[in-house]
Amino acid sequence: MEWETVLGLEIHAQLATNSKIFSGASTAYGAEPNTQACEVDLGLPGVLPVLNKEVVRMAVKFGLAIDAQIDEFSVFARKNYFYPDLPKGYQISQFEKPIIGLGFTDIEVEEGKPIRVGITRAHLEEDAGKSLHEDYQGMTGIDLNRAGTPLLEIVSEPDMRSPQEAVAYMKKIHSIVRYIGICDGNMAEGSFRCDANVSIRPKGQEELGTRTELKNINSFKNVEKAINYEVERQIDVLESGGTITQETRLYDADKDETRSMRSKEEANDYRYFPDPDLLPVQISQKLLDEVRQTLPELPDARKQRFIEALALSAYDAGLLTADRELADYFETCMKAAENDTKITANWVNGELSAALNKENKSIAESPLSAKQLGQLVLRIKDNTISGKIAKQVFAALWAGEGDSADSIIEAKGLKQMSDSGELEALVDEVINANPGQVEQYRAGKTKVMGFFVGQIMKNTGGKANPGQINQILKTKLDA
Amino acid sequence: MSLDKKDVEAIAHLARLELDPSNIDETASQLSSIIEFVEQMNAVDTTGVQPVAHPLDLIARTREDQVTESNQRDHFQAVAPETQDGLYLVPKVIE
Amino acid sequence: MHNKTLSELSTALQNKEFSSEELTRYFLGRIKQHDQSLNSFITVTEDLALAQAQAADQQIAAGESGALTGIPMAQKDIFCTNGVKTSCGSKMLDNFIAPYDATVVKKTNSAGMVMLGKTNLDEFAMGSTNETSFYGAVKNPWDLNRVPGGSSGGSAAAVAARLTPVATGTDTGGSIRQPASLCGITGIKPTYGTVSRFGMIAFASSLDQGGPMTRTAEDAGIMLNVMAGFDEKDSTSYEKENEDYTRSLNDSLDGLKIGLPKEYFSSDLNPDIASVIDAAVKEYEKLGATIKEISLPNTGLSIPAYYVIAPAECSSNLSRMDGVRFGYRCEDPKNLDDLYSRSRGEAFGEEVKRRIMIGAYALSAGYYDAYYLKAQQIRRLISEDFKTAFSDVDVIMGPTSPSTAFKLGELSDDNDPTSMYLEDIYTTSVNLAGLPGMSIPAGQVNGMPVGLQLIGNYFQEAKLLNIAHQFQQATDWHQQTPAGFKEEH
Repeated sequence: MEWETVLGLEIHAQLATNSKIFSGASTAYGAEPNTQACEVDLGLPGVLPVLNKEVVRMAVKFGLAIDAQIDEFSVFARKNYFYPDLPKGYQISQFEKPIIGLGFTDIEVEEGKPIRVGITRAHLEEDAGKSLHEDYQGMTGIDLNRAGTPLLEIVSEPDMRSPQEAVAYMKKIHSIVRYIGICDGNMAEGSFRCDANVSIRPKGQEELGTRTELKNINSFKNVEKAINYEVERQIDVLESGGTITQETRLYDADKDETRSMRSKEEANDYRYFPDPDLLPVQISQKLLDEVRQTLPELPDARKQRFIEALALSAYDAGLLTADRELADYFETCMKAAENDTKITANWVNGELSAALNKENKSIAESPLSAKQLGQLVLRIKDNTISGKIAKQVFAALWAGEGDSADSIIEAKGLKQMSDSGELEALVDEVINANPGQVEQYRAGKTKVMGFFVGQIMKNTGGKANPGQINQILKTKLDA
Repeated sequence: MSLDKKDVEAIAHLARLELDPSNIDETASQLSSIIEFVEQMNAVDTTGVQPVAHPLDLIARTREDQVTESNQRDHFQAVAPETQDGLYLVPKVIE
Repeated sequence: MHNKTLSELSTALQNKEFSSEELTRYFLGRIKQHDQSLNSFITVTEDLALAQAQAADQQIAAGESGALTGIPMAQKDIFCTNGVKTSCGSKMLDNFIAPYDATVVKKTNSAGMVMLGKTNLDEFAMGSTNETSFYGAVKNPWDLNRVPGGSSGGSAAAVAARLTPVATGTDTGGSIRQPASLCGITGIKPTYGTVSRFGMIAFASSLDQGGPMTRTAEDAGIMLNVMAGFDEKDSTSYEKENEDYTRSLNDSLDGLKIGLPKEYFSSDLNPDIASVIDAAVKEYEKLGATIKEISLPNTGLSIPAYYVIAPAECSSNLSRMDGVRFGYRCEDPKNLDDLYSRSRGEAFGEEVKRRIMIGAYALSAGYYDAYYLKAQQIRRLISEDFKTAFSDVDVIMGPTSPSTAFKLGELSDDNDPTSMYLEDIYTTSVNLAGLPGMSIPAGQVNGMPVGLQLIGNYFQEAKLLNIAHQFQQATDWHQQTPAGFKEEH
C-alpha cells in the first residue's frame, strides 16, 4: 500500500527577555543550579505571578509576522500535573484563549513550488526546570533556573506531508523569530525546540490516522531523522496488522529511535482552568500599532527584494535571507563594494560560508567584518587583484594578519601588475625562452596560449593582470 | 452524580493523595454528598451568562522586563527536605 | 492595659505612660497565662517581639514614631513571616520557616508594630470551626467548650480574650466575619483587591482577602490603613490612591438607607438571633437610618457555587505542597509517585483532602463546564443581585452566622461535611461578588455573642466603618469581655 505522511509541529521558542515571564529573576543561560530561581519560580507558598510586558509585545510581534488573528483578550490558564521540574504542580499556559490565533507561513522545498502551512495558534507559557539524571545516590537532581522562562508555543496545522517539509517549516519559523528578534534560536541551549505530531494514512484517504507525538527534538537534522524513523515504525505496525496507539514518544538521537514515554501517558487530564492569580490580557489597537512599527522587513519580503532589486538568483537570495544577520551582513558588504551584488553574493555564499561552516561559526562570529569583505570584493571588481589572489587576501584577513584588504595587498605586494611596459617585458621574456611553444602556436595550436599565461603567472606570483597578459601575448604572437 | 470507590481512587491519584484503603467507601459517600449538594446549581439556567474572572472585571497589569531578583539559593534551600550541590533531590525520575 | 483601643495605646506610648517593651511583655504574659486553655497561638515569637518593641521604643524616643509604632499585634499563621514558622495550620508546613515576608507583614513591620506571634487557624483556612488545625482546636473564650469559628479562629479568640490588641485574618467565604461574630469582636473583609495577597498562602485565589480583626471599628480602620494598598507583586491588587479608612467614622447616619434581604431572614433563621438583629436594626433607626426590604434571589446558590470554586482553586493551589522544595516529606519514598502521594496523604488533614478531591473532580475532563464554569456564571448572577440592591440602599444588613458558637465536635463529627458548609450561608456570597463585608458584635444569646453583618458596595470600607463605629458609639456590645479574661494579667 502507498502511505501518506501527515505532520504537524509544535515549536517552543524561548523568548529573549531579560527576566522571566512571571518574576524578576534572570533568564541568562548557564548559571549555577537554582541561583536564578526566586520565590515565585520556586512556587513557595503565598507567591503570585506578575506578567512581563515584553513577553506580550514579543508574542504580538510574532502574530503580526505570520498575519495571524489577534483577539482583544487572551487568558492564562493552569495546566495541572505533578512533575518535579514543575514547582507549582501546574504550568501557567494558555488554553481556550491564546494570545495569537490562526495565521500562516509559506515554505518552499522545491524551487518555485511554495506550500502554505497554517499556524493554528501561538500561546504563551512558562518553561519548566531541568531534571539532572546523573547519579545523586540514586536520586534525580532538580535545577529550577529555567522554570518560568517565557516560551511561545507555536502550533501548526497538520499541513506537512514529508520530513523535508517539516524541516523547511521549522527553518522558516526559526528564521522569522530571529528576524523579529524575539528568540535567539539557539538550539543547543534549548531556546528553540520542537515536538512533532506524526501520523500516516493510505494515500487518498481523507480521514487522519492515529498520531503519535515525538518529544525532545532539538536540531533540524533530528526532525528529519525522528520523523523518518517514526513513519517507518508506523508503517511496520500497520502493515503487520497492528494499530497505532496515541501516545507521547521520545526521540533518542544517540540510538536514532523513538520510544514510548510511559511516565507522560497517564497524566493526560490536565484540568485546565483560567488562572485566578492572573487577569485577562488586553491587546489594544494602540499596542498593535506600536508593535507593527517595530516589525523589520521579513524574510519573504527581503528575498523578493533581493531577486527583484538586486537581480540575484532565487537560490542566492534564499540562502542570503534565511538568516537576518547574514542578510544584514550581505547588504553592508554590498554597500562597501560600491553596490556590487553578484561578486558579493558569490563571496558571502561561497568563501565566507564555507570558512564559517568549517570552523562552526555563526555569521556574528565571523572574523571578517562585512566592510572588510566588501573592500576585498571592491578590489576584485576594480582589478586591483585577481580572484585567485583575493583568496589569499581573504585567508590573511580571516587569520587576522591585517585589518583591511588594502593593507594586506600592500604589505604582501599582491597588487596586480597592470603597467603595460612591465608586462610587455615579461611577455617578451617568456616568448624568447620558449621558441618551441611559439612554433606550435603559430602552427595553429592556439591552446598553448594557456601555457604562456601560466608561465607569466608563475613568474609573477599570480599578480599579473590576466586580461592584459592575454592581449599582449596575442598581439606579439600574431605579429 | 454519585462517586464509587473506583472514581475516588482515580481522583485521589490525579491529586496524588494516598488514602487509607479502609476509608475509601466513606470518602466516596462524603464526596458524593458534596457533589449532590453543589448540583443545586443546576436549578438555574445560566445560558449566555458571562463567567466571572475577577470580581472587579479588571484586566492584567504588566511589569517592566527587568531583573529584580538576586541569588538566594542558600536561604531558600534551608527549608528544603533534601538538596545536593544546589539541586533539589527527588527519587529517580524515569522517562 | 488590655482594654485600651489602638489610639489610646498610641497616646499612652507617646506620653511614656509605659514603653512598648512593657506593653509587649504585658501581652506576652497574658498569652502565657491564658493561651494554654485557648490554643489561639501556634507560635509565640517572644524574642522577636521584644526586639521589635525595643526598636519601637527607640523610634518613639527619637520622635520618629507613627500611629502604630510599638503596638503589639498577631498575624494569622497564613501570612509568610521571614525566619518564623508559617504553618497554615497544617502538618504539611509544620517545618516551614518562611524565607520571605508577605506584603501585609512588611507593612505592619514598617509601621513599627510588634508581632507577638502567629495565630491558629483551620488547616489551610478550610473550615468554619477551627477544628481542622493540625495544632488542635481553638476554644471560644466565651465558653471553652465551644468553637471560636473559623478559619481565623485563633485571631478572633486572641483578640476577644485580650491576648493581643489586634490581629490579622483572611476571609475566603466568611473566615474573618464568622469567627468575629462567634467571639464577639469586630472584623472587616475589604473589597477583593484591597489588601495584597502576596505572601498570604492561597486557599482560593479569586476569593481570598485579608483584613483586620479588632475590638472596635475605629481600630479596624486604623489597621486597614496599614494593611491595605496597591501591591505591584499581586496582579489582582486594585491600583488606586491610598485612602484614610477612618476619615468618615464620625459622619452622621441620618438618612442612611439600610437594605434587609428577605432571604437572610427566612424561617430557617434561629429566632433568638433574629431578635438580636432586629434590635440592632432598631438601634440604627434611632440613629436616623431608614429600612428597606430587598431581595438577593440567588443567595441559596452561593454555597453550592462557593463549594465548587473554592475547592477547584485550592486543589490547584495546594499542588505545590509536594515534598520537593519545602514542607513535609514522607519517610523513604519508593519512587516519585510514592513521594507525592504519601507526603500529601500523610500531611494533609481530612477536610483538606476532601476539598482537593472535590476540586480535582470539578475541573476534570468532562466536568469543567458543569461545575466550575457553571459556578463562575452563578457568581455573575450573585454579583448582579447585589448591584441591583445597591442601586436602592447604602448598606445591606443581616446576621453574620445562622447560629452562635457550637460545641466542639458538634459539626465536625457529623459524617456529612455539607452541614458545616451551611454555616457560611450569609457570608460566601460577599466573597463571590468581591464586596466588602463586616461583622460587629450586636448582642448575645445565652451568653454567646451574635454578630451583625454589614455589606457595602465596592470600595465602601470607610462607609462601613462609619456605620459600625456609630453603632459602637451607641452600644457597648463590643466592650464586653468574656469572663475569665477581664482581670489585668
